[in-house]
Amino acid sequence: MEIEVNDENFDKEVIEKSKQVPVLVDFWAPWCPPCRMLSPILTKIGKNFGDKLIVAKLNVDENPEKSREYGIMGIPSVKLFKNGEIIDEFVGAQPENNILRMLERNGVKNE
Amino acid sequence: MSNKYDLIIIGTGPAGYTAAIYASRYNLSTLIIGAELGGTASKAPEIQNYPPYQSITGLELMELFEKHVRSLGVNIKVANVLEILGNEQNFKVITEDETFFSKKILLATGSQNKKSDIKNEDKFIGKGVSYCTTCDAPLFKERIVAVLGGGNSALQSALLLSQFAKKVYLIHRKENFNKAEPNLTNKIKKLKNVEILLNKEVISVEGDKFVRRVVLKDKTEINVDGLFIMTGYIPRNELTKNLGINLDEKGYIIVDENQKTNVPGVYAAGDCTYRKYKQIITAASEGAIAIIALYKEFQKENA
Repeated sequence: MEIEVNDENFDKEVIEKSKQVPVLVDFWAPWCPPCRMLSPILTKIGKNFGDKLIVAKLNVDENPEKSREYGIMGIPSVKLFKNGEIIDEFVGAQPENNILRMLERNGVKNE
Repeated sequence: MSNKYDLIIIGTGPAGYTAAIYASRYNLSTLIIGAELGGTASKAPEIQNYPPYQSITGLELMELFEKHVRSLGVNIKVANVLEILGNEQNFKVITEDETFFSKKILLATGSQNKKSDIKNEDKFIGKGVSYCTTCDAPLFKERIVAVLGGGNSALQSALLLSQFAKKVYLIHRKENFNKAEPNLTNKIKKLKNVEILLNKEVISVEGDKFVRRVVLKDKTEINVDGLFIMTGYIPRNELTKNLGINLDEKGYIIVDENQKTNVPGVYAAGDCTYRKYKQIITAASEGAIAIIALYKEFQKENA
């Protein structure tokens, strides 16, 4: 599934939730062309994985605190959280298969 | 939906989109495939030379192109093309998930950022090293950054960054900005927070988790939080190899006045061709020329 997160609910919706189910956070902004490319791919993955994965979108323009905390200096920046920690990440738009491989190598399965 | 087309266009930048518009008007069954909708042009911070727009962002302009193509009912597929096999009338275009067939092909694959040979460049991608100023400039509010390069993209980058960053170093290895528009150069020179360093080369980027400084060839170190690399482009020509398409010494596709390559049924347009001037308007024009010529070929074949 896919949710939107912000500076206020990040700890609850990402850090806490990732203790039960992996959370893939997409740090993005509306002015960024590759973010617009990546967004529908992540939405599709979020839909396909059902309750096995949470795709969380964070607009860096509106949420400077978390962007600073995670040192976002290039977008789109995607980080995979498990048990409250970042276990994998990438920067820049990626084809769907690359993201699926990243999830697989971290034991996130769609079944 | 059938996977057989008269024409497959590869590339979703100005050349590919314009070609799709023309192809649709000639009633050619057309598929356009691109890995990056809008292509390199969509990353331009501001465009002031594509009439009739006095000023428009690259993203806005390319979304208008895309909208135009979609309004004509042309099928746009977002995917990486891995390989093209076959020959005229029977081309086979292979993506990661699907295979498509076409009678003719237009390559409008554009160009990509040239990697420099700066030490640690890869290590700091997303940690201060960037190739997309439009994407990342606003993330450097009140920071210090360096822009590398001396062409229009480098100057545009410095211009945009100067609105956010505390200080911008514009570092160029040549002694002047001859390759850039004088208009841009003049604007840059007036900015108080931009410092121009000519005849300088960055050899290494250093830091901890993030970029902290760049090291120049003369051993000078400059403290920066970001490094924007705008040192030019190389053609995307991976798909030409199987087909045996002739390239020039720099890897650009050689075409004739009709945008035809040496391989029957394969045309090329835009930044991937060997034509000297790389502009949105010239790419669009090449896309149009290719389709008009290609359509005439179809007419002859079917006569």
